[in-house]
Amino acid sequence: MEILTILIPVSLLLGGIGLVAFFWALKSKQFDDPQGDAARILKTDYDDHPKP
Amino acid sequence: MALAEEFDAGHVSPSACPACAAAPSAERLAELARPASARLMLSLPTAHCAACMSTVENGLQAVPGVQSARVNLTLRRVSVDADPEVTAESLIPILAGLGYEAHELDPGLLSATETDKQGRELLMRLGVAGFAMMNVMLLSVAVWSGAGDATRDLFHWVSAAIALPTVVFAGQPFFKSALASLRVGRLGMDVPISLAIILASSISLFETFNSGNHAYFDAAVMLVFFLLAGRYLDHRTRAVARSAAEELAALEVPRAIRVADGVEETVAISALAVGDLVRVRPGGRMPVDGEVISGMSEVDRSLLTGESLPAVAGPGTLVAAGEINLTGPLMVRVIAAGRDSSLHRMADLVAVAESTKTQYTSLAERAARAYSPLVHLLSFGAFGYWMWATGGDMRYAINISAAVLIITCPCALGLAVPAVVTAASGKLFRKGLLIKDGTALERLAEVDYVVFDKTGTLTLGTPTPTNLDRLPMDALAVATALAAGSSHPLAVALTRAANVPPVQLTDIREVPGYGVEARLNGQIVRLGRAEWVGAAPASETATYLSVAGQTHAILFADKLRPGAETAIAAMQAAGLRLMLLSGDAPAPVADLAARLGITDFAAGKLPAEKVAQVRALQDQGHKVLMVGDGLNDTAALAQAYVSISPASALDAARTASDIVLLGQDMAPVADALRIAKQSTRRIRENFALSAGYNVIAVPLALAGLATPLLAALAMSISSITVSLNALRLR
Repeated sequence: MEILTILIPVSLLLGGIGLVAFFWALKSKQFDDPQGDAARILKTDYDDHPKP
Repeated sequence: MALAEEFDAGHVSPSACPACAAAPSAERLAELARPASARLMLSLPTAHCAACMSTVENGLQAVPGVQSARVNLTLRRVSVDADPEVTAESLIPILAGLGYEAHELDPGLLSATETDKQGRELLMRLGVAGFAMMNVMLLSVAVWSGAGDATRDLFHWVSAAIALPTVVFAGQPFFKSALASLRVGRLGMDVPISLAIILASSISLFETFNSGNHAYFDAAVMLVFFLLAGRYLDHRTRAVARSAAEELAALEVPRAIRVADGVEETVAISALAVGDLVRVRPGGRMPVDGEVISGMSEVDRSLLTGESLPAVAGPGTLVAAGEINLTGPLMVRVIAAGRDSSLHRMADLVAVAESTKTQYTSLAERAARAYSPLVHLLSFGAFGYWMWATGGDMRYAINISAAVLIITCPCALGLAVPAVVTAASGKLFRKGLLIKDGTALERLAEVDYVVFDKTGTLTLGTPTPTNLDRLPMDALAVATALAAGSSHPLAVALTRAANVPPVQLTDIREVPGYGVEARLNGQIVRLGRAEWVGAAPASETATYLSVAGQTHAILFADKLRPGAETAIAAMQAAGLRLMLLSGDAPAPVADLAARLGITDFAAGKLPAEKVAQVRALQDQGHKVLMVGDGLNDTAALAQAYVSISPASALDAARTASDIVLLGQDMAPVADALRIAKQSTRRIRENFALSAGYNVIAVPLALAGLATPLLAALAMSISSITVSLNALRLR
């Protein structure tokens, strides 16, 4: 059972990283236009040459 | 944000001389002196795909002065960063050229960012609650599967450490709204929710201290998570509707040009007094009721009365506030201003209609009203009973009453309505309908009578020439050339419809109130009113051309709104009764009614008569849906059980209506009625589903047999079934 003293903090840490990533995504306005972002990936504008 | 970036950009820009970098450089000063670049917002009701985004963004970026354009597909709008001289009005035709309808949105986006902030805050709380729920659940599963003694206590302590801060942070929206409703002496849905969350957390903490068997940390956090999900869905639906509907820029500018002693000055309409002289330019709206004292023009009364034909206005003609002056400048003497003007009387009519309208109580409110007292009663009853049965074992009794509160907590109820409304309004939004009012869908589902306005609603309100193919080519070429010299609606329609190269004319001049005149090879040619041109007037809307001693009549008909026929047919098939109420002359109304197969129609209706008609129908027990766009419909829109207006409608009409039709197409209105019926059925099903879970779980909780595992199962399964049921909407 001693393994729990390692596993619980590890699971919390991993979850916390996920939470921080979510906060970052939220702050950088990545949830403002979910429908547009889903469609934007299908644009063919920069397929043959990188975005200038 | 944008300002800060601009500032930074200005700061690091390389100056011509390195030494100047410390002091504000010349270019930096110039940059500061230049007004900040304009940020424009346009609503794009018809954008729907990746190709649309590329077309719009590239098209706008090609416009000189535009720095960047970005489409937001979720909100159907595009934000444009551009130089101050680029205006929204100049971008709308460009977008129309690309094939997209666009409407200007209010650039004062303060309220939009405010709702964005609220949404982001809710989402953040939802994220925290989700994180906590997963971790606490992980620990709880271990306890449920048999972890005992010290391990269980440790797990409970860790759960408490995660759950308590989460509940305090993420539960705030519920606590706040519960407090607010308690303060006004009501038991809203949030009161039992808050009570359950607080009771569950504190009981669990107490149990953890005393190394008890059951802790409800997972239940408390799960409750918060599911309810926040419902709240967030609700918020999104409303935010999307609000951003598009209420920010459509106001068409009217509350100013007028007053002429006193030969000097023109721009004043607020409220400052005008009876007897003042006001100049109204062509294209302008009458600010007041008045009498024309000089000038010749035509006025468009369609928004006030529904008349499709412009009326001549000359000295002595009475004009009403809200009419549009079309061709020539007019000098108007004010005979009624402010409170007495016809515009204001219309507003009074709306206010009266709104006050007599019965307040609709939404299904969710009705459910909450029945539910909250029942839940509290059950919980207190359980507490009392177990206090008595166990001979005063407070800890046991409180545990049971908390379990009852947690199990009955309207987790599924909180999701039942928002999930369905989100699914339905998302569906309708993609079809081009905006639900402004949360209960509009429920009310729409009950409608059994539909009343339509004609001009601007069933028709587009823009005339189209009907007999161009029967005119000689050379006459048409002359007519097109003449029409190009006028901004009269018929002339504009003619220029748009005719695709012949115009001939060269000289001395083109517009004679306000009559038409356009020019010289063709020295001979006078005219396009305009019958008596002026010298032609015999036709019975329908027409303009007349005289060229080389001959006269031709160019006939016009108001074009049917696309999809109107489909919508009407679908409504009739669905067994709804239809009526056409118009302020226009009898002939065009009867014509349109026959074309659409509407048997019930009335022409020449005044605004008050429209309201009276709608009220009469309601008194007969009908639930009326009013579809209209004009100022003359506004009061009827407010009176009706539920109302729809097109985006082209006047501001006042859009404000009074519950649903806004964003595109030109009318067909979605019939879909809306179908989807509304379906979604109300889903909401009722969802209520039944969550009640069903309670019927099974509550007796167990009352009997003291509820465990945290049972509570978690009941809560999550009911929430998931309710959400899945909402997604069945087609």
